[in-house]
Amino acid sequence: MNVDETELPGLGVRKDFITASGRRIGVVEMREGETELFVSTWDDPDTCQASIPLTADEAAALGNLLGGQHIAMRLAEAHKEIPGIVTRQFSITADSPFNNQPMGKAQIRTRSGVSIVAIMREGEVVPSPAPDVVLHTGDLLVAVGTQEGLDSAAAILRNG
Amino acid sequence: MDPLALTLIELGAVVFCLGLLARLAGRIGMSPIPLYLVGGLAFGAGGLIKLDGMHEFAHLSGEIGVILLLLMLGLEYTAAELVTGLRRSWQAGVLDLLLNFLPGAGIAVWLGWGLVGAIVMGGVTYISSSGIAAKVITDLGRIGNRETPVVLAILVFEDLTMAIYLPILTAILAGVGFLGGLQTVGIALAVVTLVLVVALKHGHRVSQAVHSENSEVFLLNLLGAALLVAGIASALQVSAAVGAFMLGIAISGATAHNATRILEPLRDLFAAIFFVAFGLNTDPSSIPPVLGWALLLAFATAVTKVLTGFWAAKRAGIGIPGRFRAGAALIARGEFSIVIAGLAVTSGAVPRELAALATAYVLLMAITGPLAARFVEPTVKAFRKSSRKPKASEPIASLEA
Repeated sequence: MNVDETELPGLGVRKDFITASGRRIGVVEMREGETELFVSTWDDPDTCQASIPLTADEAAALGNLLGGQHIAMRLAEAHKEIPGIVTRQFSITADSPFNNQPMGKAQIRTRSGVSIVAIMREGEVVPSPAPDVVLHTGDLLVAVGTQEGLDSAAAILRNG
Repeated sequence: MDPLALTLIELGAVVFCLGLLARLAGRIGMSPIPLYLVGGLAFGAGGLIKLDGMHEFAHLSGEIGVILLLLMLGLEYTAAELVTGLRRSWQAGVLDLLLNFLPGAGIAVWLGWGLVGAIVMGGVTYISSSGIAAKVITDLGRIGNRETPVVLAILVFEDLTMAIYLPILTAILAGVGFLGGLQTVGIALAVVTLVLVVALKHGHRVSQAVHSENSEVFLLNLLGAALLVAGIASALQVSAAVGAFMLGIAISGATAHNATRILEPLRDLFAAIFFVAFGLNTDPSSIPPVLGWALLLAFATAVTKVLTGFWAAKRAGIGIPGRFRAGAALIARGEFSIVIAGLAVTSGAVPRELAALATAYVLLMAITGPLAARFVEPTVKAFRKSSRKPKASEPIASLEA
């Protein structure tokens, strides 16, 4: 994939690429630290159909969603042969009791039998996270387990 | 009445009115500059109300306003951006200079304002308003557009041209001869090159010299340095504003970012007073006689800016709608046209009608520029659709049959 980088003097840097469907999609990293997400219109690749300002947190969350989807799909593929095993993603919200706490404190595996196989954070993957990894708002936990186990893991993360 | 009391009352009333005008401009989504000018016209010589007490203050504040405008312009760009911008876009920049300087200069010669008048009016019609253009690009959601870097590169070139043009203008207005003028040009070129080199290699040191964690200390450092550099530049006949611009370029990185934040309110205040002071010195009754010329000039230089943007965008491989968008984004003239006209008028080397023409011209361009940028896209689309219609309607016709 070829990502173009263009300097915008006084504003920031634009990074974009053309998708297989012919749309130009990318971000402008503004000087002030915000990110502008844009998508071109279908009939004129020079102009933008939408240009959406994102805060740093929102950009990180969006990056996790896009990256997490990919990881989850690959995991689901890997577990396809084992019946009853499901992959699900949990995001850590600001009001979660484990926000800014080490993951081990939630005792997810002991209480629900679910394994956290990866954490998506700011577009990066933390594979097989240790119990001492501290969770933050916007983190996406990729969990593998049974349907019931995943339900109770979701409740643990939400209510403590 | 006590003169101090009178001055305070006048100043307070004027600043308060500017606040109302700025709010009105924000409400209808336009640049406040034309409204400030109209405000100045209303208060000044021959206007609705005559204000005498604040003249001296308005004059000095206006000068500070120009220094702050140019200082913040310099802070916008890093030296590296200027150099790469110059390398990438100099052809478009030269075309821009030729196409847009000549109409203004031509009209000045036609009206008998001589070489000095021609150089002043050429500058007024040449320089686009980077403030208005940047706001238009952000407001219309065109930051991600492909033609945007082309527009920005032209604006960068124009701003660097100002660094050479303003010293020349200052020297010519001071009435120095050909040799003296050449000498000033030499000094200006040397200073610009020197500052760019220093800023590229040692920008962080300049930043360190003014930087402070304490915002009060930082503000005083910045303002002191800007006025000092501007004063020294002025004494060397290199134009105070250019000194401030160069200081802005030399300050870089996080320091530049913080400096912009801290100086913005000061710049807004002093620049507003500068526009009013310019309006104060212009007699509104001198505008109607030059209005025809202003309209002609406005139309001609709108076309030349569109041509400039069109050509530059075409070179960058951008489609036809994008070429028109690039051209229209450049139409607005504003703060720097008034800076140029203001320098000329205070020197007394140009006739009063020049101020009237420049005022009327900037009023027209600051208002039509953003409108043109907004409506160019639907216009081009409608035009292209109607010229293509026969082909597009064919399948529909066969369906109906």
